Amino acid sequence: MTLRKRLVLLIYFLFLLVPIYWLLNMSFKSNTEILGGLSLWPQSFTLDNYRVIFTDRSWYEGYLNSLYYVSLNTLISLSVALPAAYAFSRYRFLGDKHLFFWLLTNRMAPPAVFLLPFFQLYSSIGLFDTHIAVALAHCLFNVPLAVWILEGFMSSVPKEIDETAYIDGYSFPTFFVKIFIPLIRSGIGVTAFFCFMFSWVELLLARTLTSVDAKPIAAVMTRTVSASGIDWGVLAAAGVLTILPGMLVIWFVRNHVAKGFALGRV
Amino acid sequence: MSWMAWTLPTALFFAGIAVLLVGMTLVELRWPCVERKGFLPITTTRGDRLFIGLLGSAYLHLLVIGVTDWSVWIASLLSLLWLCAVMRWG
Amino acid sequence: MKVQNNKAWWLVLPVFLLVAFSAIVPMMTVVNYSVQDIFDPSTRYFVGVDWYRQVLQDPRLHDSLLRQFIFSACVLLIQIPLGIAIALCMPTRGRWASLCLILMAIPLLIPWNVVGTIWQIFGRADIGLMGWALNALGISYNYASNTTDAWVTVLIMDVWHWTSLVALLCYSGLRAIPDVYYQAARIDRASNWAVFRHIQLPKLKSVLLIAVMLRFMDSFMIYTEPFVLTGGGPGNATTFLSQTLTQMAIGQFDLGPAAAFSLVYFLIILLVSWLFYTAMTHDDKNR
Repeated sequence: MTLRKRLVLLIYFLFLLVPIYWLLNMSFKSNTEILGGLSLWPQSFTLDNYRVIFTDRSWYEGYLNSLYYVSLNTLISLSVALPAAYAFSRYRFLGDKHLFFWLLTNRMAPPAVFLLPFFQLYSSIGLFDTHIAVALAHCLFNVPLAVWILEGFMSSVPKEIDETAYIDGYSFPTFFVKIFIPLIRSGIGVTAFFCFMFSWVELLLARTLTSVDAKPIAAVMTRTVSASGIDWGVLAAAGVLTILPGMLVIWFVRNHVAKGFALGRV
Repeated sequence: MSWMAWTLPTALFFAGIAVLLVGMTLVELRWPCVERKGFLPITTTRGDRLFIGLLGSAYLHLLVIGVTDWSVWIASLLSLLWLCAVMRWG
Repeated sequence: MKVQNNKAWWLVLPVFLLVAFSAIVPMMTVVNYSVQDIFDPSTRYFVGVDWYRQVLQDPRLHDSLLRQFIFSACVLLIQIPLGIAIALCMPTRGRWASLCLILMAIPLLIPWNVVGTIWQIFGRADIGLMGWALNALGISYNYASNTTDAWVTVLIMDVWHWTSLVALLCYSGLRAIPDVYYQAARIDRASNWAVFRHIQLPKLKSVLLIAVMLRFMDSFMIYTEPFVLTGGGPGNATTFLSQTLTQMAIGQFDLGPAAAFSLVYFLIILLVSWLFYTAMTHDDKNR
């Protein structure tokens, strides 16, 4: 039984990792070697592709821009979602169920046509090509998700804790910051991971709302396609580098991911 | 605001929706409703029925526009009947 | 039991305002676009429901809608069972569990256009391992010219990309089951299948709901990955809804019809998601 389980996992992870290995493999090859023929590992190992990225300002600024707006988005999402999730987990109020579903529906708008009004909305308030614009736009799908996950964690904290704290004379803000937030630390970690993830991988909105100053890395990557063909090596190296920040984040929350956010309202 | 390309009919439409939502809120505050089961297969509150009614109306319009050559007003009239029916007996 | 307290609205207000700002204004604008013929911002004519009539009777859109439904159905049918199976196979605790979680999360953290690029390279017969291996095995495979190959590649790419999300959610759902349940099952000598059917599956319901909804919505709006991988080809074989829509909105600059169609699109997703949501939360209401 356990052998069969291990086999299933092994096959699945092979399936997951081989394409990524292939990307990694390519990023250490020169273009002539990539196009010259198939080799399972780099024959002439080179770091040139990475050198291109780390020495060219427009390349590494793409990473910094992406990291900047993603962190900003995670921060905003968490700070507004925490009180809202508390409200959903502790109280019934007018229209709560409908509000919750409405929040979820905001993931459903097909981007293609909505991009133009987004562009115009943020231009009209003078935020076009700023990091905050992308961070705010990404809140559209991250905040509902954050509320949902946090609400699950909060529901697993017994209500008696709230009541005891109020009897002891805590006001709501002090109780919330001093007692409640430490209790759901792992939930906040998991939520931060999901916000980071969905904001980091999103491309269409980020590309539409930026042109130069806040251009995300995913948009910079299109530069590898030029008249003389695709610069496969640099493209692969840039791809590898986009994976790293996420791995860092998952490393920090690895022990919390498992703790049940399975207890929520839905 | 000019980039939003407003037209009178759409402005009226959104105003109508807004009035409906505000109205529902006031009604709910004055006479809180209880869940009940009508001809719809699930128990619903008043707000649920409004949502079902509006979603149904939207699909009714699409059906009339997509399949028939009727005027869109016929669809609106049918939708109004459907909305009332759902609110009353749903 | 939750307390009825309308003051809780004050806590929800920031979320409401933030989301409403980005959600309602663009939505209204798209509705406005959809009833007008727009040449430029100052030259536009009210055309009523003509665009809706046009797009609802457009065979090209019917085709891509059908393709989209088939694709989403395949995605759900493969990823949900596979994700549950992977979650059941994972070690419950310890270093191996952490390692599995980290490895699993990798595909989720890759920007979507990079996902497309990875598979574009991986599937090529000259420089990609998969394409090369398949051809070496005597299977003629070329995702750029063969319809079936393109379809299968897009589907495999999506499975590769998103099964981990389902598995991750299910894994955390499984961890939330108290040991007492398993002990009771052991005393009753329940079979593995019975444990799964009567203990694990019911407890997974809430995470499965969000997994199904997220996967449905995202697969129904898939755009970047197939665009990078196949560009919608060969022919129109992998042109899904979003891409048809983008061709209309940007390629031909038919803003009105594209807006009308994206509202129809939105309504479809709304209805299906609402049905999922209601069906899966409804049992709790009755209890």
